Amino acid sequence: MKTDEFINTLASDLRPQHSLHWVLLCGLLCGALLAALAFAVFLGFRSDILSALTSIRFLFKFVVTLTLAITATYATLNLARPDSAGNHRSWSLLLTPVILVGAVAVELMVLPSRSWEDNLVGHNATHCLTVIPLLSAGPLLCIFAALRRGAPSEPGLTGAVAGLAASGIGATFYAANCTDDSPLFVVAWYPLAVLIVAGVAYFIGARALRW
Amino acid sequence: MKISDRDGEWSVWMRAAIEGDAEAYHRFLVSVTPCLRSMACRRCRIVGVAETEAEDIVQEVLLTIHLKRTTWDPSRPIRPWIAAITRNKFVDALRRRGRHVVVPIDDFLEILGEEEKDDGLSAREMDRLLSQLKTQQRAIVQSVSIEGNSIKDTAAQLKMSEGAVRVALHRALKMLASLYRSHEA
Repeated sequence: MKTDEFINTLASDLRPQHSLHWVLLCGLLCGALLAALAFAVFLGFRSDILSALTSIRFLFKFVVTLTLAITATYATLNLARPDSAGNHRSWSLLLTPVILVGAVAVELMVLPSRSWEDNLVGHNATHCLTVIPLLSAGPLLCIFAALRRGAPSEPGLTGAVAGLAASGIGATFYAANCTDDSPLFVVAWYPLAVLIVAGVAYFIGARALRW
Repeated sequence: MKISDRDGEWSVWMRAAIEGDAEAYHRFLVSVTPCLRSMACRRCRIVGVAETEAEDIVQEVLLTIHLKRTTWDPSRPIRPWIAAITRNKFVDALRRRGRHVVVPIDDFLEILGEEEKDDGLSAREMDRLLSQLKTQQRAIVQSVSIEGNSIKDTAAQLKMSEGAVRVALHRALKMLASLYRSHEA
């Protein structure tokens, strides 16, 4: 076929399409709804939720998880475009670790050193490592479905960052159920759970997000 | 024409295309094609692939630009976006031919600024892939492209509704893109 003939075909197929931003945000919203549903059915809020709401440590967990969800979504939006290499919109991903490390430093200052270990190990470590990935599965699926509209130059990396966004959502819901609130617990276990999700998402992305 | 002028022109046309202006979209594709061709030819020469295969790459890039047009952010310049797509498809095309090469994107950006004359060249790979489509999809693509019919005329000819022709055409193009991909080793 001649190229100018082919161009006619392409021009005939011009139909309005939703912007990539819109599609990805819809995917994210669907994912969050799925996670909310799973949370409502299988987990629910912790029993002392009303008093927890006055605890700064409890509330701080959401600062961390929501920061992760928002910055990773922003980075995913950027990575989903083919010309994303070389711009620096992914730096915002460093925000979550910085906040977390800052909180850990404060926690170490205010807590007596003999209670460090108890707070670090907590009571729900295995729960944390299984529930966060499970809650993140729905969001991950939805984000990947949306990302198939994208054209990432690095499908694996894009998948991994989408995994961070999904686990940010999963961890947000998990945090509302978990009774371990110390930043020491958060820094010890949440990142591990998040990295499990991101690792799986890397391998799915490397295969499924090629275009 | 200066590079920035052309970038501006392409951006304007593509923005109009996103709003649904098929004429602007056609102008954009016609204007981009010679640049894609000179990029593809030059890269083929450098890596030692026959230049006759360049047109295959041009058509694959055009198809990708079409199917992935929402990945262009209208607030950014369009040239780097086109260069990135072209480079990716060039690497894919070489991989299909059993080569692994590292291709820096700067080369593509640079060539996108040049001008080259062309006439309607033909590519063989597309014909081979077209033959793998369903009969009806192939009939629609051929009617719209080679015979240059409108969607409306094609619908009348095939006794289908216009909507059905549009849907089938779009599916055919997506199918072509996945056929290109599935030929990768």
